[in-house]
Amino acid sequence: MNPLLNVDGISKFYGHRIGCMDVSFDLFPGEVMGIVGESGSGKSTLLNCLAGQLIPDRGAVIFDTRTDGMRDTVTMSEPERRMLSRTDWAFVHQHARDGLRMNVSAGGNVGERLMAVGARHYGEIRDQATDWLGRVEINADRVDDRPSAFSGGMQQRLQIARNLVTGPRLVFMDEPTGGLDVSVQARLLDLLRGLVREMNLSAIIVTHDLAVVRLLADRLMVMKDGHVVETGLTDQVLDDPQHGYTQLLVSSVLQV
Amino acid sequence: MQSCADYRASEMGLRYKMSDYNFAYLDEQTKRMIRRAILKGLAIPGYQVPFASREMPMPYGWGTGGVQVSAAVLTPDDTFKVIDQGADDTTNAVSIRRFFEKTAGVAVTEATVDASVIQTRHRIPEQDLRSDQILVYQVPIPEPLRFLEPSEVETRKMHSLEEYGLMHVKLYEDISQHGAIATAYAYPVKVEGRYVMDPSPIPKFDNPKLNMAGIQLFGAGREQRIYAVPPYTDVVSLDFDDYPFEASKAEHACDLCGAEDSYLDELIVDDEGGRMFMCSDTDYCAGRRKDGHVGAQGAPYGEDAA
Repeated sequence: MNPLLNVDGISKFYGHRIGCMDVSFDLFPGEVMGIVGESGSGKSTLLNCLAGQLIPDRGAVIFDTRTDGMRDTVTMSEPERRMLSRTDWAFVHQHARDGLRMNVSAGGNVGERLMAVGARHYGEIRDQATDWLGRVEINADRVDDRPSAFSGGMQQRLQIARNLVTGPRLVFMDEPTGGLDVSVQARLLDLLRGLVREMNLSAIIVTHDLAVVRLLADRLMVMKDGHVVETGLTDQVLDDPQHGYTQLLVSSVLQV
Repeated sequence: MQSCADYRASEMGLRYKMSDYNFAYLDEQTKRMIRRAILKGLAIPGYQVPFASREMPMPYGWGTGGVQVSAAVLTPDDTFKVIDQGADDTTNAVSIRRFFEKTAGVAVTEATVDASVIQTRHRIPEQDLRSDQILVYQVPIPEPLRFLEPSEVETRKMHSLEEYGLMHVKLYEDISQHGAIATAYAYPVKVEGRYVMDPSPIPKFDNPKLNMAGIQLFGAGREQRIYAVPPYTDVVSLDFDDYPFEASKAEHACDLCGAEDSYLDELIVDDEGGRMFMCSDTDYCAGRRKDGHVGAQGAPYGEDAA
């Protein structure tokens, strides 16, 4: 089987400081990869490099495009990359406000990606938007409300609907459950797990919450100071951590 | 006492003293700069060309962009007409017309057919324009995506990459809130299949007229942008398949001249709900009345007080 994404030696520097250093991995279709680490360990830098929002200083991000096979997204032209980012890719921000248009209705938010790829039939756009609101457990009668009238959890679910409506194959998530209270988190994780399985999505999830990766991720990558210090199957890494930092991380989780 | 500059001017045999206005107010370098922007705009229909907008002796929002474009295209042989919401006799139209009478000495007219350059705010004349006529629009906000995307860097990128999905989000919002595309003016258009353009706040009734024989120039003074639509250029109003574009107007005939095909202003005439509709294009209305057309509340031409 061919990987969907092949990351080869990605490095990003901020002046003399290291953002992330020499990260390589393969991601296969349907696989969910978790990236954990403390604040400042370079997880978000890495994610932004992969998603084309930052330009890495070294390395290649090779994505299996639908039309021309394996392509390096770092060197492809900007229009192509932006096209990818609204068709095959999705990006879920930690703060829903960064990923939503707050002054546009929920239906408009979900429909935007459809219209961006050429949908020009109002009725169909609206039907799809309503359908997707249902799939993320938002009542259909909220379709014309603005996200500012939504709770934090609903905003996050709306952001997910907005991203998944064009049927992407790869989802980047940056702390998708950050800032939500635990019961809302649990519901969101449940929803995400369902969608990932149902749509056979590949995902890269950046988080510092080990519970999130335990639930969602098949594989885990632990980062510290810009370097990957440990990789492996999620359960393996969490149950039998080898690296000193991973051991510290796992033992830092409070047991209730 | 004769100033040094005046002395030099007379020595060189120039017709004007330094205290006179340069032809059409602006200095020649500025006009060159604006003409270059206009030519670039015509070469790339619908593309917003940045230009170094000058301070004009009028406030922003009163047509500083249009005035600069007019100044750059006027020649001494031109006949100039100014309309404001279709009318020749509003403050804005009168003062801009006088401005060019004084600073360029050009002939002015109120008749659309006689004008070679027409500066307009918010309307396209009802009379079809010819290929030897230039229509200059005053534009407040040239960027059609502005209210959806506040960043200029981002909107420029969207134009260059032809990412116009967001424009339809606005129309989607209209339909979801009002049941129809409620945008009634400044209705976005796509020019020659490429750039999405704000046609300035003309009513959408005028949008089909954007496919015309005349040259259309758009000047935004405060925003420092010029754009243009060359003659016979394809201009399409954006819409949805199931909610097609409709050029709407009040369902009435003009009460003065009886015209049913012109864009109408609604006027409240008393405090009992009395109202009348009349052509917003005053020249068109007067022309029809001269030809003997009389509307429901109108008197034959020449008999009313006006």
